Amino acid sequence: MRNQFCEKLNSFSSNSDFCFLTGDLGFNALEPLAKNMKKRFINVGVSEQNMLSISAAFARQNIECWAYSIAPFCYARAFEQIRNDISFHNLPVRIVGNGGGYGYGVMGPTHHSIEDYGTLCTLPNFCAFIPTFDEDVSPIIDRLRQHQGPTYLRLGVDEKPKDWIVPKYKKWRQITQGNGPTIISIGPITTTYLEKFNALEDLRPNMWVVSELPILDNLPKKLITQIKQSNKLIIIEEHVANGGIAQQISLLLIQKYNLAPKFVHSYATSHVFSKYGSQNYLRKLSKLDPENLIKIIRNLYK
Amino acid sequence: MANTVTSKQALSARQRLIKMHYDSRVGHIGGNLSVLDCLLVLIKEFRGNMNEIILSKGHSAGALYIALWNAKILRNSDLKTFHGEDTLLPGHPPTNCTNIISFGTGSLGHGLSLASGTALAFKLKNSKSHSYCVMSDGEWQEGSTWEALIFATHHKLNNLTIFVDHNNLQGFGSTNEIASMSPLWDKLKGFDIDILTIDGHNLKEIRDAAKERTDKPLLICMNTIKGKGVSFMENKMEWHYLPLDETNYNLAINELNK
Repeated sequence: MRNQFCEKLNSFSSNSDFCFLTGDLGFNALEPLAKNMKKRFINVGVSEQNMLSISAAFARQNIECWAYSIAPFCYARAFEQIRNDISFHNLPVRIVGNGGGYGYGVMGPTHHSIEDYGTLCTLPNFCAFIPTFDEDVSPIIDRLRQHQGPTYLRLGVDEKPKDWIVPKYKKWRQITQGNGPTIISIGPITTTYLEKFNALEDLRPNMWVVSELPILDNLPKKLITQIKQSNKLIIIEEHVANGGIAQQISLLLIQKYNLAPKFVHSYATSHVFSKYGSQNYLRKLSKLDPENLIKIIRNLYK
Repeated sequence: MANTVTSKQALSARQRLIKMHYDSRVGHIGGNLSVLDCLLVLIKEFRGNMNEIILSKGHSAGALYIALWNAKILRNSDLKTFHGEDTLLPGHPPTNCTNIISFGTGSLGHGLSLASGTALAFKLKNSKSHSYCVMSDGEWQEGSTWEALIFATHHKLNNLTIFVDHNNLQGFGSTNEIASMSPLWDKLKGFDIDILTIDGHNLKEIRDAAKERTDKPLLICMNTIKGKGVSFMENKMEWHYLPLDETNYNLAINELNK
Protein backbone atom coordinates (compact mmCIF):
# COMPACT_ATOMS: atom_id res chain seq x y z
CA MET A 1 0.00 0.00 0.00
CA ARG A 2 2.97 2.33 0.43
CA ASN A 3 3.34 2.73 -3.30
CA GLN A 4 -0.33 3.59 -3.77
CA PHE A 5 -0.01 5.99 -0.85
CA CYS A 6 3.02 7.69 -2.36
CA GLU A 7 1.39 7.87 -5.78
CA LYS A 8 -1.76 9.46 -4.35
CA LEU A 9 0.11 12.05 -2.33
CA ASN A 10 2.19 12.85 -5.37
CA SER A 11 -1.00 13.73 -7.20
CA PHE A 12 -1.45 16.80 -5.00
CA SER A 13 2.16 17.39 -4.07
CA SER A 14 2.27 20.66 -6.02
CA ASN A 15 -0.09 22.20 -3.46
CA SER A 16 2.12 24.76 -1.72
CA ASP A 17 0.22 24.36 1.56
CA PHE A 18 0.93 20.64 1.80
CA CYS A 19 3.87 19.41 3.90
CA PHE A 20 5.05 15.89 4.56
CA LEU A 21 7.06 14.95 7.64
CA THR A 22 8.81 11.65 8.19
CA GLY A 23 10.61 10.32 11.21
CA ASP A 24 13.50 9.13 9.06
CA LEU A 25 11.48 6.31 7.48
CA GLY A 26 10.14 5.58 4.01
CA PHE A 27 13.30 4.39 2.27
CA ASN A 28 12.61 2.82 -1.11
CA ALA A 29 9.04 4.13 -1.24
CA LEU A 30 8.80 7.85 -0.55
CA GLU A 31 11.67 9.05 -2.74
CA PRO A 32 9.37 10.24 -5.58
CA LEU A 33 7.39 12.28 -3.10
CA ALA A 34 10.55 13.75 -1.62
CA LYS A 35 11.77 14.66 -5.09
CA ASN A 36 8.55 16.44 -6.00
CA MET A 37 7.94 18.21 -2.72
CA LYS A 38 11.48 19.46 -2.20
CA LYS A 39 11.65 21.65 0.95
CA ARG A 40 8.09 20.70 1.91
CA PHE A 41 9.22 17.10 2.43
CA ILE A 42 10.88 17.28 5.83
CA ASN A 43 12.78 14.46 7.45
CA VAL A 44 12.66 15.49 11.11
CA GLY A 45 15.07 12.73 12.07
CA VAL A 46 14.55 10.12 14.74
CA SER A 47 12.33 12.28 16.91
CA GLU A 48 8.70 11.21 16.87
CA GLN A 49 7.62 13.43 19.77
CA ASN A 50 9.01 16.45 18.00
CA MET A 51 7.48 15.38 14.68
CA LEU A 52 3.95 15.24 16.06
CA SER A 53 4.20 18.62 17.80
CA ILE A 54 5.70 20.15 14.66
CA SER A 55 2.72 18.71 12.77
CA ALA A 56 0.34 20.40 15.18
CA ALA A 57 2.11 23.73 14.70
CA PHE A 58 1.98 23.34 10.91
CA ALA A 59 -1.72 22.52 11.01
CA ARG A 60 -2.31 25.54 13.25
CA GLN A 61 -0.73 27.65 10.49
CA ASN A 62 -3.16 26.12 7.96
CA ILE A 63 -0.61 23.83 6.39
CA GLU A 64 -1.95 20.42 5.40
CA CYS A 65 0.44 18.25 7.35
CA TRP A 66 1.11 14.53 7.03
CA ALA A 67 3.34 12.79 9.58
CA TYR A 68 4.75 9.42 8.57
CA SER A 69 6.55 6.62 10.35
CA ILE A 70 6.15 2.92 10.78
CA ALA A 71 2.93 2.17 12.62
CA PRO A 72 4.36 1.41 16.09
CA PHE A 73 6.58 4.49 16.09
CA CYS A 74 4.11 7.10 14.89
CA TYR A 75 1.78 7.07 17.88
CA ALA A 76 3.13 5.18 20.89
CA ARG A 77 6.05 7.32 22.03
CA ALA A 78 4.36 10.51 20.87
CA PHE A 79 0.97 9.75 22.39
CA GLU A 80 0.99 12.80 24.66
CA GLN A 81 1.93 15.08 21.76
CA ILE A 82 -0.92 13.60 19.71
CA ARG A 83 -3.34 13.97 22.61
CA ASN A 84 -2.41 17.45 23.87
CA ASP A 85 -1.13 19.24 20.80
CA ILE A 86 -3.20 17.68 18.01
CA SER A 87 -6.35 16.09 19.37
CA PHE A 88 -7.23 18.58 22.12
CA HIS A 89 -6.94 21.32 19.51
CA ASN A 90 -8.82 19.33 16.88
CA LEU A 91 -6.10 19.96 14.33
CA PRO A 92 -6.32 18.10 11.01
CA VAL A 93 -2.96 16.35 11.18
CA ARG A 94 -2.75 13.17 9.07
CA ILE A 95 -0.74 10.52 10.92
CA VAL A 96 0.37 7.61 8.77
CA GLY A 97 1.62 4.30 10.14
CA ASN A 98 3.05 1.75 7.77
CA GLY A 99 2.96 -1.96 8.65
CA GLY A 100 0.02 -2.01 11.06
CA GLY A 101 -0.76 -5.11 13.14
CA TYR A 102 2.00 -7.72 12.98
CA GLY A 103 3.20 -6.12 9.73
CA TYR A 104 6.82 -6.01 10.82
CA GLY A 105 6.62 -9.69 11.78
CA VAL A 106 9.99 -11.07 12.70
CA MET A 107 11.36 -7.61 13.52
CA GLY A 108 10.01 -8.30 17.00
CA PRO A 109 7.34 -7.00 19.37
CA THR A 110 8.63 -3.42 19.55
CA HIS A 111 7.74 -3.15 15.86
CA HIS A 112 4.17 -4.45 16.10
CA SER A 113 1.23 -2.11 16.42
CA ILE A 114 -1.74 -4.07 17.66
CA GLU A 115 -3.22 -1.41 19.92
CA ASP A 116 -2.90 1.57 17.58
CA TYR A 117 -6.39 2.38 16.33
CA GLY A 118 -8.03 1.44 19.62
CA THR A 119 -5.72 3.79 21.49
CA LEU A 120 -6.06 6.68 19.06
CA CYS A 121 -9.83 6.37 18.83
CA THR A 122 -10.06 7.09 22.56
CA LEU A 123 -8.99 10.65 21.76
CA PRO A 124 -11.44 13.42 20.96
CA ASN A 125 -12.20 14.05 17.29
CA PHE A 126 -9.94 11.23 16.07
CA CYS A 127 -10.78 9.08 13.07
CA ALA A 128 -8.80 6.04 11.96
CA PHE A 129 -8.82 4.80 8.36
CA ILE A 130 -7.74 1.26 7.54
CA PRO A 131 -7.65 0.25 3.87
CA THR A 132 -8.36 -3.38 3.00
CA PHE A 133 -7.14 -3.39 -0.59
CA ASP A 134 -4.49 -1.43 -2.43
CA GLU A 135 -7.32 0.10 -4.44
CA ASP A 136 -8.80 1.60 -1.24
CA VAL A 137 -5.83 3.83 -0.54
CA SER A 138 -6.72 6.57 -2.99
CA PRO A 139 -10.42 6.96 -2.07
CA ILE A 140 -9.56 6.68 1.62
CA ILE A 141 -7.10 9.54 1.31
CA ASP A 142 -9.84 11.59 -0.32
CA ARG A 143 -12.17 10.78 2.59
CA LEU A 144 -9.50 11.41 5.17
CA ARG A 145 -8.68 14.83 3.74
CA GLN A 146 -12.31 15.84 4.17
CA HIS A 147 -12.23 15.08 7.89
CA GLN A 148 -11.86 18.32 9.87
CA GLY A 149 -10.01 16.75 12.80
CA PRO A 150 -6.99 14.49 13.31
CA THR A 151 -6.74 11.22 11.43
CA TYR A 152 -4.71 8.03 11.45
CA LEU A 153 -4.06 5.96 8.34
CA ARG A 154 -2.90 2.39 8.99
CA LEU A 155 -1.22 0.83 5.96
CA GLY A 156 -0.49 -2.86 5.45
CA VAL A 157 -0.09 -5.47 2.72
CA ASP A 158 -2.93 -6.44 0.40
CA GLU A 159 -2.83 -10.23 -0.25
CA LYS A 160 -5.98 -10.61 -2.32
CA PRO A 161 -6.09 -13.47 -4.86
CA LYS A 162 -5.18 -12.70 -8.44
CA ASP A 163 -8.09 -11.38 -10.49
CA TRP A 164 -10.17 -10.66 -7.40
CA ILE A 165 -12.57 -7.86 -8.27
CA VAL A 166 -12.38 -5.21 -5.61
CA PRO A 167 -15.72 -3.60 -4.82
CA LYS A 168 -15.86 0.18 -4.93
CA TYR A 169 -14.68 1.76 -1.68
CA LYS A 170 -17.25 2.40 1.01
CA LYS A 171 -16.95 2.68 4.79
CA TRP A 172 -18.80 -0.67 5.01
CA ARG A 173 -18.67 -3.22 2.21
CA GLN A 174 -19.82 -6.78 1.83
CA ILE A 175 -16.99 -8.85 0.38
CA THR A 176 -18.32 -12.42 0.24
CA GLN A 177 -21.86 -13.79 0.19
CA GLY A 178 -23.26 -17.14 1.20
CA ASN A 179 -25.28 -19.13 3.70
CA GLY A 180 -22.72 -19.18 6.50
CA PRO A 181 -22.13 -16.92 9.48
CA THR A 182 -21.82 -13.17 9.38
CA ILE A 183 -18.25 -11.94 9.59
CA ILE A 184 -16.94 -8.44 10.12
CA SER A 185 -13.27 -7.86 9.45
CA ILE A 186 -10.95 -4.88 9.21
CA GLY A 187 -7.78 -4.17 7.29
CA PRO A 188 -5.74 -6.17 4.82
CA ILE A 189 -5.83 -9.32 6.95
CA THR A 190 -9.27 -9.69 5.31
CA THR A 191 -7.61 -10.43 1.99
CA THR A 192 -5.92 -13.52 3.41
CA TYR A 193 -9.33 -15.21 3.86
CA LEU A 194 -10.90 -14.49 0.50
CA GLU A 195 -9.79 -17.59 -1.36
CA LYS A 196 -10.60 -20.08 1.38
CA PHE A 197 -13.88 -18.48 2.41
CA ASN A 198 -15.02 -18.34 -1.19
CA ALA A 199 -14.30 -22.04 -1.57
CA LEU A 200 -16.62 -22.83 1.36
CA GLU A 201 -19.65 -23.66 -0.70
CA ASP A 202 -21.92 -24.78 2.14
CA LEU A 203 -20.97 -22.27 4.79
CA ARG A 204 -19.53 -19.40 2.78
CA PRO A 205 -19.80 -16.43 5.13
CA ASN A 206 -21.37 -13.07 4.55
CA MET A 207 -18.17 -11.18 5.17
CA TRP A 208 -18.07 -7.42 5.59
CA VAL A 209 -15.16 -5.06 5.95
CA VAL A 210 -15.26 -1.78 7.79
CA SER A 211 -12.58 0.82 7.08
CA GLU A 212 -13.36 3.89 9.16
CA LEU A 213 -13.30 4.13 12.95
CA PRO A 214 -14.69 4.75 15.48
CA ILE A 215 -17.94 2.91 14.77
CA LEU A 216 -20.49 5.13 16.42
CA ASP A 217 -23.37 5.38 14.00
CA ASN A 218 -25.77 2.93 12.37
CA LEU A 219 -24.60 -0.40 11.05
CA PRO A 220 -25.72 -1.22 7.48
CA LYS A 221 -29.29 -2.54 7.38
CA LYS A 222 -28.27 -5.51 5.27
CA LEU A 223 -25.59 -6.43 7.78
CA ILE A 224 -28.10 -6.31 10.64
CA THR A 225 -30.49 -8.50 8.66
CA GLN A 226 -27.74 -11.04 8.05
CA ILE A 227 -26.74 -11.07 11.72
CA LYS A 228 -30.36 -11.68 12.67
CA GLN A 229 -30.72 -14.44 10.12
CA SER A 230 -27.49 -16.27 10.86
CA ASN A 231 -27.46 -15.43 14.59
CA LYS A 232 -23.73 -16.05 14.35
CA LEU A 233 -21.18 -13.26 14.25
CA ILE A 234 -17.41 -13.50 13.93
CA ILE A 235 -15.29 -10.38 14.23
CA ILE A 236 -11.72 -10.49 13.00
CA GLU A 237 -9.06 -7.90 13.64
CA GLU A 238 -5.28 -7.70 13.83
CA HIS A 239 -5.52 -5.69 17.03
CA VAL A 240 -5.79 -6.56 20.70
CA ALA A 241 -9.27 -7.22 22.05
CA ASN A 242 -9.31 -4.11 24.24
CA GLY A 243 -10.42 -1.09 22.25
CA GLY A 244 -10.87 -3.04 19.06
CA ILE A 245 -13.80 -3.05 16.68
CA ALA A 246 -15.45 -6.03 18.38
CA GLN A 247 -16.05 -3.96 21.51
CA GLN A 248 -17.41 -1.05 19.50
CA ILE A 249 -19.70 -3.25 17.42
CA SER A 250 -20.99 -5.44 20.24
CA LEU A 251 -21.87 -2.33 22.25
CA LEU A 252 -23.85 -0.99 19.30
CA LEU A 253 -25.57 -4.34 18.77
CA ILE A 254 -26.71 -4.43 22.39
CA GLN A 255 -27.52 -0.75 22.86
CA LYS A 256 -29.12 -0.01 19.55
CA TYR A 257 -30.28 -3.26 18.01
CA ASN A 258 -30.97 -5.43 21.05
CA LEU A 259 -29.02 -8.25 19.39
CA ALA A 260 -26.82 -10.84 21.05
CA PRO A 261 -25.83 -13.37 18.40
CA LYS A 262 -23.51 -16.30 19.00
CA PHE A 263 -20.26 -14.43 18.98
CA VAL A 264 -16.60 -15.21 18.26
CA HIS A 265 -13.86 -12.62 18.39
CA SER A 266 -10.59 -13.41 16.62
CA TYR A 267 -7.92 -10.88 17.52
CA ALA A 268 -4.19 -10.36 18.05
CA THR A 269 -3.69 -12.26 21.25
CA SER A 270 -0.30 -11.09 22.39
CA HIS A 271 2.57 -8.66 22.01
CA VAL A 272 5.08 -11.04 23.51
CA PHE A 273 5.44 -14.62 22.32
CA SER A 274 7.88 -17.35 23.23
CA LYS A 275 9.06 -17.44 19.62
CA TYR A 276 8.81 -15.03 16.69
CA GLY A 277 8.35 -15.18 12.96
CA SER A 278 6.73 -13.52 9.98
CA GLN A 279 3.42 -11.67 10.02
CA ASN A 280 1.63 -14.83 8.95
CA TYR A 281 3.47 -16.85 11.62
CA LEU A 282 2.29 -14.42 14.32
CA ARG A 283 -1.22 -14.34 12.91
CA LYS A 284 -1.24 -18.12 13.22
CA LEU A 285 -0.11 -17.94 16.86
CA SER A 286 -3.09 -15.63 17.42
CA LYS A 287 -5.32 -18.13 15.58
CA LEU A 288 -6.03 -15.51 12.95
CA ASP A 289 -4.90 -17.74 10.06
CA PRO A 290 -7.47 -18.80 7.44
CA GLU A 291 -7.35 -22.49 8.46
CA ASN A 292 -8.33 -21.64 12.01
CA LEU A 293 -11.10 -19.34 10.87
CA ILE A 294 -12.53 -22.18 8.78
CA LYS A 295 -12.51 -24.33 11.94
CA ILE A 296 -14.30 -21.59 13.85
CA ILE A 297 -16.96 -21.34 11.14
CA ARG A 298 -17.52 -25.11 11.13
CA ASN A 299 -17.65 -25.28 14.92
CA LEU A 300 -20.40 -22.67 14.97
CA TYR A 301 -22.61 -25.07 13.07
CA LYS A 302 -21.88 -28.24 15.02
CA MET B 1 4.87 54.70 24.66
CA ALA B 2 1.29 53.52 25.12
CA ASN B 3 2.09 49.98 24.10
CA THR B 4 5.07 49.59 26.37
CA VAL B 5 4.83 47.89 29.72
CA THR B 6 5.76 50.34 32.47
CA SER B 7 7.23 49.56 35.87
CA LYS B 8 4.00 50.76 37.40
CA GLN B 9 2.00 48.32 35.30
CA ALA B 10 4.40 45.51 36.17
CA LEU B 11 3.89 46.24 39.88
CA SER B 12 0.14 46.38 39.47
CA ALA B 13 0.23 43.09 37.56
CA ARG B 14 2.26 41.50 40.35
CA GLN B 15 -0.30 42.62 42.90
CA ARG B 16 -3.18 41.41 40.77
CA LEU B 17 -1.48 38.03 40.29
CA ILE B 18 -1.07 37.58 44.03
CA LYS B 19 -4.67 38.60 44.67
CA MET B 20 -5.93 36.20 42.01
CA HIS B 21 -3.98 33.31 43.49
CA TYR B 22 -5.06 34.23 47.01
CA ASP B 23 -8.73 34.52 46.05
CA SER B 24 -8.65 31.11 44.42
CA ARG B 25 -6.35 29.50 47.03
CA VAL B 26 -4.08 28.30 44.25
CA GLY B 27 -0.34 27.64 44.49
CA HIS B 28 2.31 27.61 41.75
CA ILE B 29 2.82 31.26 42.57
CA GLY B 30 6.64 31.26 42.77
CA GLY B 31 7.16 30.32 39.12
CA ASN B 32 4.43 32.74 38.07
CA LEU B 33 6.24 35.61 39.74
CA SER B 34 9.53 34.65 38.12
CA VAL B 35 8.15 34.68 34.57
CA LEU B 36 5.58 37.45 34.90
CA ASP B 37 7.74 40.31 33.62
CA CYS B 38 8.67 38.39 30.49
CA LEU B 39 5.05 37.52 29.69
CA LEU B 40 3.89 41.08 30.34
CA VAL B 41 6.33 42.38 27.74
CA LEU B 42 5.77 39.64 25.17
CA ILE B 43 1.97 39.69 25.34
CA LYS B 44 1.59 43.45 25.31
CA GLU B 45 4.41 44.43 22.99
CA PHE B 46 5.16 41.49 20.68
CA ARG B 47 1.97 39.63 19.97
CA GLY B 48 1.05 41.68 16.87
CA ASN B 49 2.11 40.94 13.28
CA MET B 50 0.77 37.40 13.58
CA ASN B 51 3.61 36.57 15.97
CA GLU B 52 3.09 33.48 18.10
CA ILE B 53 3.84 33.30 21.81
CA ILE B 54 3.81 29.81 23.27
CA LEU B 55 3.98 29.33 27.02
CA SER B 56 5.68 25.99 27.39
CA LYS B 57 5.70 26.17 31.19
CA GLY B 58 1.92 25.93 31.37
CA HIS B 59 1.96 25.87 35.18
CA SER B 60 2.56 29.60 34.93
CA ALA B 61 -0.94 30.04 33.56
CA GLY B 62 -1.62 32.68 36.22
CA ALA B 63 1.13 34.92 34.86
CA LEU B 64 -0.19 34.43 31.34
CA TYR B 65 -3.72 35.38 32.36
CA ILE B 66 -2.43 38.46 34.15
CA ALA B 67 -0.40 39.44 31.09
CA LEU B 68 -3.55 39.05 28.98
CA TRP B 69 -5.46 41.14 31.54
CA ASN B 70 -2.74 43.78 31.43
CA ALA B 71 -3.09 43.87 27.63
CA LYS B 72 -6.87 44.26 28.08
CA ILE B 73 -7.65 40.90 26.50
CA LEU B 74 -9.01 39.40 29.70
CA ARG B 75 -11.22 41.31 32.12
CA ASN B 76 -11.26 41.49 35.91
CA SER B 77 -14.45 39.44 35.85
CA ASP B 78 -12.57 36.69 33.97
CA LEU B 79 -9.76 36.69 36.53
CA LYS B 80 -12.27 36.35 39.35
CA THR B 81 -13.22 32.92 38.00
CA PHE B 82 -9.60 31.69 37.94
CA HIS B 83 -9.30 28.03 38.93
CA GLY B 84 -12.96 27.92 39.99
CA GLU B 85 -16.03 26.19 38.66
CA ASP B 86 -17.35 27.20 35.24
CA THR B 87 -14.13 29.06 34.42
CA LEU B 88 -12.28 29.67 31.16
CA LEU B 89 -9.08 29.97 33.18
CA PRO B 90 -8.00 26.66 34.72
CA GLY B 91 -4.63 25.93 36.30
CA HIS B 92 -2.97 25.29 32.96
CA PRO B 93 -4.02 27.30 29.92
CA PRO B 94 -6.44 25.67 27.51
CA THR B 95 -6.45 26.94 23.98
CA ASN B 96 -10.01 28.20 24.18
CA CYS B 97 -9.47 30.60 27.10
CA THR B 98 -8.94 33.33 24.54
CA ASN B 99 -8.67 33.34 20.79
CA ILE B 100 -5.13 34.60 20.85
CA ILE B 101 -3.56 31.54 22.48
CA SER B 102 -2.71 29.03 19.79
CA PHE B 103 -1.82 26.16 22.07
CA GLY B 104 -3.00 25.05 25.43
CA THR B 105 -0.10 23.66 27.47
CA GLY B 106 0.54 21.94 30.76
CA SER B 107 2.69 18.88 30.16
CA LEU B 108 6.27 20.07 29.96
CA GLY B 109 8.46 19.55 26.93
CA HIS B 110 5.93 20.42 24.23
CA GLY B 111 6.37 24.15 23.75
CA LEU B 112 9.70 24.25 22.00
CA SER B 113 8.54 21.83 19.30
CA LEU B 114 5.34 23.81 18.85
CA ALA B 115 7.25 27.08 18.61
CA SER B 116 9.84 25.57 16.26
CA GLY B 117 7.13 24.14 14.01
CA THR B 118 5.43 27.52 14.00
CA ALA B 119 8.70 29.23 13.05
CA LEU B 120 9.33 26.82 10.18
CA ALA B 121 5.70 27.18 9.03
CA PHE B 122 6.23 30.97 8.91
CA LYS B 123 9.27 30.46 6.72
CA LEU B 124 7.48 28.05 4.39
CA LYS B 125 4.69 30.60 3.99
CA ASN B 126 7.19 33.43 3.45
CA SER B 127 5.83 35.17 6.53
CA LYS B 128 7.94 37.64 8.50
CA SER B 129 6.20 36.69 11.75
CA HIS B 130 8.22 35.61 14.73
CA SER B 131 7.78 32.67 17.09
CA TYR B 132 8.45 33.07 20.82
CA CYS B 133 8.66 30.25 23.32
CA VAL B 134 8.72 30.72 27.10
CA MET B 135 10.18 27.77 28.96
CA SER B 136 11.22 26.78 32.44
CA ASP B 137 14.74 25.69 33.27
CA GLY B 138 13.64 22.36 34.78
CA GLU B 139 11.92 21.63 31.47
CA TRP B 140 15.28 20.96 29.87
CA GLN B 141 15.17 17.61 31.64
CA GLU B 142 12.50 16.57 29.12
CA GLY B 143 14.02 14.67 26.19
CA SER B 144 11.55 16.13 23.70
CA THR B 145 13.03 19.56 24.36
CA TRP B 146 16.34 18.42 22.96
CA GLU B 147 14.64 16.90 19.92
CA ALA B 148 13.10 20.31 19.30
CA LEU B 149 16.41 22.11 19.78
CA ILE B 150 18.12 19.84 17.25
CA PHE B 151 15.29 20.58 14.80
CA ALA B 152 15.38 24.35 15.39
CA THR B 153 19.11 24.59 14.89
CA HIS B 154 19.17 22.25 11.89
CA HIS B 155 16.59 24.42 10.15
CA LYS B 156 18.38 27.61 11.25
CA LEU B 157 15.16 29.07 12.63
CA ASN B 158 16.28 32.65 13.07
CA ASN B 159 12.63 33.63 13.55
CA LEU B 160 12.52 31.73 16.84
CA THR B 161 13.34 33.22 20.23
CA ILE B 162 13.38 30.99 23.30
CA PHE B 163 13.07 32.62 26.70
CA VAL B 164 14.18 30.38 29.55
CA ASP B 165 12.95 31.29 33.02
CA HIS B 166 16.10 30.36 34.90
CA ASN B 167 14.95 30.51 38.50
CA ASN B 168 17.03 27.48 39.56
CA LEU B 169 14.15 25.82 41.41
CA GLN B 170 11.78 23.09 40.33
CA GLY B 171 9.08 20.92 41.84
CA PHE B 172 11.01 19.10 44.53
CA GLY B 173 14.24 20.99 44.97
CA SER B 174 16.81 22.95 43.00
CA THR B 175 17.61 22.05 39.41
CA ASN B 176 21.19 21.42 40.48
CA GLU B 177 20.19 18.93 43.17
CA ILE B 178 17.66 17.01 41.10
CA ALA B 179 19.08 16.46 37.64
CA SER B 180 21.90 18.88 37.22
CA MET B 181 22.88 20.17 33.83
CA SER B 182 24.65 23.07 35.43
CA PRO B 183 25.76 25.13 33.74
CA LEU B 184 22.92 24.52 31.29
CA TRP B 185 24.18 27.26 29.00
CA ASP B 186 27.44 25.44 28.39
CA LYS B 187 25.49 22.43 27.12
CA LEU B 188 23.34 24.64 24.92
CA LYS B 189 26.38 26.39 23.47
CA GLY B 190 27.24 23.09 21.81
CA PHE B 191 24.29 23.68 19.50
CA ASP B 192 24.29 26.19 16.72
CA ILE B 193 22.29 28.84 18.56
CA ASP B 194 22.94 32.28 19.89
CA ILE B 195 22.58 32.81 23.61
CA LEU B 196 21.93 36.03 25.49
CA THR B 197 21.82 36.34 29.25
CA ILE B 198 19.59 38.99 30.77
CA ASP B 199 17.95 40.01 34.02
CA GLY B 200 14.51 38.44 33.63
CA HIS B 201 12.94 41.13 35.80
CA ASN B 202 14.29 44.07 33.84
CA LEU B 203 11.60 45.14 31.40
CA LYS B 204 14.00 46.92 29.07
CA GLU B 205 16.36 43.96 28.88
CA ILE B 206 13.43 41.65 28.13
CA ARG B 207 12.15 44.03 25.44
CA ASP B 208 15.57 44.40 23.83
CA ALA B 209 16.08 40.65 23.86
CA ALA B 210 12.70 40.07 22.20
CA LYS B 211 13.67 42.53 19.46
CA GLU B 212 17.11 41.00 18.90
CA ARG B 213 17.58 39.16 15.60
CA THR B 214 20.52 37.00 14.53
CA ASP B 215 20.95 34.40 11.81
CA LYS B 216 20.25 31.52 14.22
CA PRO B 217 17.65 30.56 16.80
CA LEU B 218 18.12 32.85 19.76
CA LEU B 219 17.95 31.62 23.33
CA ILE B 220 17.50 34.14 26.12
CA CYS B 221 18.70 32.98 29.50
CA MET B 222 16.61 35.02 31.91
CA ASN B 223 18.12 35.05 35.35
CA THR B 224 15.03 35.22 37.52
CA ILE B 225 13.98 34.82 41.12
CA LYS B 226 11.26 32.40 42.04
CA GLY B 227 8.71 34.38 44.04
CA LYS B 228 10.17 37.69 42.81
CA GLY B 229 8.91 40.74 44.67
CA VAL B 230 7.80 39.02 47.86
CA SER B 231 10.79 38.53 50.12
CA PHE B 232 9.49 35.53 52.09
CA MET B 233 8.80 33.70 48.84
CA GLU B 234 11.96 34.57 46.97
CA ASN B 235 14.14 31.58 46.14
CA LYS B 236 12.01 29.29 48.31
CA MET B 237 11.20 25.99 46.69
CA GLU B 238 7.97 25.50 48.67
CA TRP B 239 6.38 28.45 46.86
CA HIS B 240 6.35 26.32 43.74
CA TYR B 241 3.26 24.74 45.31
CA LEU B 242 1.96 26.57 48.39
CA PRO B 243 -1.20 28.65 48.29
CA LEU B 244 -1.32 31.91 50.23
CA ASP B 245 -3.13 32.14 53.56
CA GLU B 246 -4.55 35.47 54.77
CA THR B 247 -1.50 36.41 56.81
CA ASN B 248 0.92 35.74 53.99
CA TYR B 249 -1.32 37.46 51.49
CA ASN B 250 -1.40 40.65 53.58
CA LEU B 251 2.36 40.49 54.10
CA ALA B 252 2.91 40.11 50.36
CA ILE B 253 0.60 42.94 49.36
CA ASN B 254 2.01 45.27 52.00
CA GLU B 255 5.52 44.60 50.80
CA LEU B 256 4.60 45.27 47.19
CA ASN B 257 2.80 48.49 48.18
CA LYS B 258 5.89 49.91 49.83
